[in-house]
Amino acid sequence: MAERSVLLKVDNVTLKFGGVVALDSVSFDLYQGEILGLIGPNGAGKTTCFNAMTGVYRPTSGQVVFDGQTVSGKKPYEINHSGIARTFQNIRLFPEMTALENVLVGTDSRHKVSAPGALFGLPRRWGHEEDLPEVRAKGGPDRSWQEFKRSAAKFFGVSRHMQEERAAERKALELMHFCGIERAANEQARNLPYGSQRRLEIARALATEPKLLCLDEPAAGFNPAEKVELMDLIKKIRDTGVTVLLIEHDMRLVMGVTDRIVVLEFGRKIADGAPAEVRDNPKVIAAYLGVPDAA
Amino acid sequence: MTANENTVTKKKKRSFADRWNGLPGWSRFFWIMGGVIFLFYLPELGNIPGTNLEIPGLGFLRTDVGVGGSDWDSILFRCAVFVLIALGLNVVVGLAGLLDLGYVGFFAIGAYSVALFGSQQSPVVKLLRANFDLAPDWALAWSWCILLAIVLTMFSGVLLGWPTLRLRGDYLAIVTLGFGEIIRIIARNSTITGGPDGITAIPGPEGAPNAQNKYFSILDQKWWYWLALVAVLVVILAVRRLENSRVGRSWLAIREDEDAAAVMGVHGFKFKLWAFAIGAAIGGLSGLLFASQQAFIDPSQFNVNLSILFVAMVVVGGAGNMAGAALGAILLTYLPERLRSLGALEFLPERFQDPAEFRYLLFGLAMVVVMILRPQGLLPSKRRARELKDRAQEVPVNG
Amino acid sequence: MNFDALFDHIGQHTVDGLAKGAIYALVALGYTLVYGVLRLINFAHSEVFMVGTFAVMWTWIGIGAGNTPSIGIAILLLVLGGLVGAAASGGTAVLVELVAYRHLRRKNAPSLVFLITAIGVSLSLTEIFGIFTGNGERKIQGMPTILNQSIAIDFLGVEITNLQLIVLAAAFLMMIGLDQFINKTRYGRGVRAVAQNPDTAALMGVNKDRVIVLIFALGGLMAGVAAVLWNMRYGFTRFDIGFVIGLKAFTAAVLGGIGNLRGALVGGLLLGVIEVYFATLTASKWEDVFAFIVLVVVLMFRPTGLLGESLGRARA
Repeated sequence: MAERSVLLKVDNVTLKFGGVVALDSVSFDLYQGEILGLIGPNGAGKTTCFNAMTGVYRPTSGQVVFDGQTVSGKKPYEINHSGIARTFQNIRLFPEMTALENVLVGTDSRHKVSAPGALFGLPRRWGHEEDLPEVRAKGGPDRSWQEFKRSAAKFFGVSRHMQEERAAERKALELMHFCGIERAANEQARNLPYGSQRRLEIARALATEPKLLCLDEPAAGFNPAEKVELMDLIKKIRDTGVTVLLIEHDMRLVMGVTDRIVVLEFGRKIADGAPAEVRDNPKVIAAYLGVPDAA
Repeated sequence: MTANENTVTKKKKRSFADRWNGLPGWSRFFWIMGGVIFLFYLPELGNIPGTNLEIPGLGFLRTDVGVGGSDWDSILFRCAVFVLIALGLNVVVGLAGLLDLGYVGFFAIGAYSVALFGSQQSPVVKLLRANFDLAPDWALAWSWCILLAIVLTMFSGVLLGWPTLRLRGDYLAIVTLGFGEIIRIIARNSTITGGPDGITAIPGPEGAPNAQNKYFSILDQKWWYWLALVAVLVVILAVRRLENSRVGRSWLAIREDEDAAAVMGVHGFKFKLWAFAIGAAIGGLSGLLFASQQAFIDPSQFNVNLSILFVAMVVVGGAGNMAGAALGAILLTYLPERLRSLGALEFLPERFQDPAEFRYLLFGLAMVVVMILRPQGLLPSKRRARELKDRAQEVPVNG
Repeated sequence: MNFDALFDHIGQHTVDGLAKGAIYALVALGYTLVYGVLRLINFAHSEVFMVGTFAVMWTWIGIGAGNTPSIGIAILLLVLGGLVGAAASGGTAVLVELVAYRHLRRKNAPSLVFLITAIGVSLSLTEIFGIFTGNGERKIQGMPTILNQSIAIDFLGVEITNLQLIVLAAAFLMMIGLDQFINKTRYGRGVRAVAQNPDTAALMGVNKDRVIVLIFALGGLMAGVAAVLWNMRYGFTRFDIGFVIGLKAFTAAVLGGIGNLRGALVGGLLLGVIEVYFATLTASKWEDVFAFIVLVVVLMFRPTGLLGESLGRARA
């Protein structure tokens, strides 16, 4: 395998809550363009590791270096802007928003326009066909109205804010299509079926244009057929150039999709390697199956 | 996609909001224009302008029909100013979900900025004249006062928000409550603000208050109402733009799940601060209108109860929904006046017939009852879901 | 800044401040008790105090207490006033809980709804007393002076009046009583259990509703005692008296660590003392502004207060 550049370096990260050591000097690297599995028994510290990486917790010691920058200690939104996106183990969508709006919140992280831009509609740009609203009605007053709006937009120019909004909606719908949930665009997120909610979380995270996507048990509660579809989706995401870090319990899924696996137990890393190696590692087997003390 | 949605919509009962959003754009536009024209017509309510004819029924709504009723135009003006306040506070409470109990502070700052810099009688103007060699009748022009009021209130909004917006919601409420009180104490205790005597001769669009003014005179309040109405309409447009933008989405995201929003790249503090500053600016604008119309202010007009009244307007009407907030403001301003002019209050002892006497009690009770029975308010905010549905349909889906 | 005035009589100012702060501390206990168990700021607590001052005033006027009676009768009036005030304030607090908060809790309402309801209750109570007492004139209402103030102790030039002694003694007695109640009795154990984990406590057979009524009653009781001390000290009341006292007591509770009973005491006394210092340094008209600045500074730099939060763990 050719040398690949390191995208994320978790370097000796320790995290303590009071007396409890949730992560104990965990180190691993994540290479550009791979799918890395992070596995371990319940309570091994996988989600804690995610939280330390995405700024929800600040590591007690050690650091997380992403794309050449130290991100540990930064605010969650700053870490997101630098290119790490994630989903949550217990789904955390914005339940009152529609699915589309949820994804739009994700796209907003790349937007520049803030309150003044939205209020005053500045700066404006003239003469770009793709910025103008479309005329879609066949005829009647609807068509006249749309034509009127189009010519008004042509005359006054289109603000940066409107350009961003139109582009964001296009992109959001594309992403939802990519994740296979475009039908649900206008449903309230709370009303979506469980599987679609998981996929919507992925779409929302992708909308922030991440370099690294962290998926926290995306297949929890899925049936085997859905798991296969999800595996395909994860591979498709990787093929678009996004590196993926995956927490998962289902060994078949992990073995089938990942390039490399890191195993945690009681907050420590116990193994790191290709799926086949890890599967045969006695420590891993012991961690998962339990071993009598004498052995 | 379309078939699926149709079945979904058919199942639900079509509410007014659904029907409204189902109308084509041009039709909505004409309805809105009609509504705006009606609002401008309100001072003449019941009469056909330019004639002596009356439209039966409509005149009944006026507050000056009975004995002892209040001047209809003044009530309209007061309604408009309170609607403006409710719209501003709605940005803070309804959209960003921050309970601001010191909104009267911004109202007061807006009022005092026109009073202190625009009035011939103000100590600040006198001080500036003396120190900067200005003309003896110099004072800041009213139009500059608008700008000044907005800048000052935004600045004070940021100043208050910067340290406090990181606090938990209930602490924020108390700190803002204290802020409102402090502004009043400063206004009362400083000599530079005119102290407890307040400030007179506050100018309006036509300059210092004068019975000879052509439009904005003390006798005829119609133009004041129209001025406030214009301000309300401008603010509605502005807030709508914000709601339907990245800013509005961020507010909603913060309200629903602040941590998840942060992980999705939403800079919560920044947008909360924007909400505070924008809300403050609108509060300042309404304070300016109020002070100009009154032509006189003193600190006792800005007590804490007023802040709570503002919150009551928003939450009783329906926080998060501009129509709801406006309805709350109108109900709580208009109803007591109308009841009085009806003579409906005559069964009460004389001193209770003045609505000002028991207004706050009613508001307090209304807040409790509404929160227990209908915490979302009378006109709750229907999420922008339907509206976005229309917009999404106009966007082509690739592939 | 008049530093000479402060440092020449620093002992005297400290004693004055402590006596002032003792009343804040008693009111602060009400905020702290409710917050410790419900994680909710009971905005209406300031009005619970206000109702107490009125009840005490009416009692004294009702039984025809004259100005500055003899010391024995004064003590009798004080105790009687304390009982009536505690009953009135405690009753009001429980009523507020039963009429308003309980319904919201059943619906698991968000905290914004609680806050707004509490503000509504507070406004209603203020207005009821504003409209229906004192002919609706909304003026200060005076009452007979119960105690003839005299210097009881003169220690190294620090003069402590009999009134200050009574205020401090009463406040400490109430504090010790509350501390014993919360830590030593079965009911107190229930309170601590609910404060630590309401759901587990309910599973273990603690009646949560009863505990909540109890803490409202206790908070009201303390406010009632504060009310009688206030009446003795200042000799007047007013329908909107609760606002300023409430803001200061809340500041005191936050200063000491809201939810922590000892914190309320420490915070109250401390706030009283620094307020007197500050008023000596500048002018007393800025006193109310100062309490607020203290609040903001504490919240910014130590939001959990000096002694930390938590009613469950704290030894009150």
